[in-house]
Amino acid sequence: MSDPQMTELPVTPPALPPWLARAMAPLPLAPLQPALALMLDRIGRTHPDLYGRLGEHAEKCFGIDPTDLPFAFVLEPKPLRPRARAVRNLPAGLDACIRGPLAGLVGMAEGTLDGDALFFSRVLWVEGDVAAVLALRNAIDDARIDFGTVIFGSLGPLGQRLADALRRQLQSLPVTSSGGRTWS
Amino acid sequence: MELICPAGTPASLEAAVEAGADAVYCGFRDETNARNFPGLNFSRDELRKGIAFAHRHGVKVLVAINTFARAGAFGLWQAAIDDAAAAGADALILADLATLDYAARRHPGQRLHVSVQAGAANPDAIRFYVENFGVRRIVLPRVLSVMEIASIVRESACETEVFVFGGLCVMEEGRCSLSSYATGQSPNMNGVCSPASHVAYAERDGRVVSTLGGFTINSFGKDEPAGYPTLCKGRFTTPKGSGYIFEEPVSLDAALMLPALRDAGVTAFKIEGRQRGRAYIAGVVRSFRNILAAIDEGRSAPPAGLAAMTEGQMSTVGAYRKGWR
Ligand code: SF4
Repeated sequence: MSDPQMTELPVTPPALPPWLARAMAPLPLAPLQPALALMLDRIGRTHPDLYGRLGEHAEKCFGIDPTDLPFAFVLEPKPLRPRARAVRNLPAGLDACIRGPLAGLVGMAEGTLDGDALFFSRVLWVEGDVAAVLALRNAIDDARIDFGTVIFGSLGPLGQRLADALRRQLQSLPVTSSGGRTWS
Repeated sequence: MELICPAGTPASLEAAVEAGADAVYCGFRDETNARNFPGLNFSRDELRKGIAFAHRHGVKVLVAINTFARAGAFGLWQAAIDDAAAAGADALILADLATLDYAARRHPGQRLHVSVQAGAANPDAIRFYVENFGVRRIVLPRVLSVMEIASIVRESACETEVFVFGGLCVMEEGRCSLSSYATGQSPNMNGVCSPASHVAYAERDGRVVSTLGGFTINSFGKDEPAGYPTLCKGRFTTPKGSGYIFEEPVSLDAALMLPALRDAGVTAFKIEGRQRGRAYIAGVVRSFRNILAAIDEGRSAPPAGLAAMTEGQMSTVGAYRKGWR
């Protein structure tokens, strides 16, 4: 019953330029850790409602894997002792994992891209505890956090270049898209 | 014509108001509403503040308390009705006869709408709700053609509201048991179809396989668009072959039908998607606001341009134009 004529591709956030990933690959991750701790602390203080939305899922351990970066993040939002760390490879035993290009992850977190739309177009993918991922996504969407600035602003000049590259990518995306198939 | 927009969080409510909603609908963070998803919905305090924000901008707030009350736990639904009325809700959206009866008696001045979950699809059913509970509006199920809607409107003594964009439920609303068969939880009783807690994704032979309550329901090749993990949009094997037997992953997009729906006498157009993020709410509401403005001014409507927001990257005008008949 589907109309077979398929048309344009939908809006998808592009991957970061490979030079940026290559430039970051040899960098040590240790300097990232205090910046991540600072970021979590700042978010926890400025957005306390986030924990109300996360509920029981605040105790879960999330892997966040920007597929165009040479490292990933492990996030444990626990209200009393939140932790986030950068890792070369995600460890086993995570409750849930979200994968996708950094622009997609940040765009979703900042509310400029819709998580379900990214899922439908296969840009983002989730594994493990899907309820925990939904709770995290919804809590962050409601909190309206400027992630580009919070995460990368504290990482010095390279972080700033990353934030600028991301911002350009997100701003270049059209708000609406045409194409898609029709069915009747 | 009113534009009725979804909000799953206070931030989405503000996004809908800013994008041009005439009214926003939302629900409490519990099983009393049909979008009882993790991390979604409003506390009592958030609802009060959301209503105050919307009213400052001249926008109404409709509170959905549209699941069917669980035996022995009616107090939860009564409290939701009392609290929404006290918070200043412009209307309550109800489905269960017991909640309609309670709201009509306890809050006689409160505007009541019948939820799509009630499946009121003919003038007799609508007359019953109007005469017994004084309801002012019916949200029509997504199973009617424009001609059928026009004839219902002619014979009914209350306003009608229809969905124009978003997720589709192929079963007659409020009567689907697929989710409860697979997971023990249903949108009608628990406020959630195919609960995320019962969904799993795994990679198998280069394809991503989705399961619900242990049943494999679909698998997607590398670049194949995906849909929600609901049984109605699963692929099944039958003696006649394998494929989508209920419905393909697809979203309703009735932008092209708006003039016909207006001419049929519909009062309000509703956008589905309280579970979606702010980006969806802002984009879809703005797009429909522009289309409605163009129709009002007699201009040709701009294209909705919402392909990326649709499930499976596919859209349909659904039952509004029953081309298969
Ligand atoms: S399984 Fe499909 S038709 Fe049934 S309630 Fe869920 S979305 Fe609607």
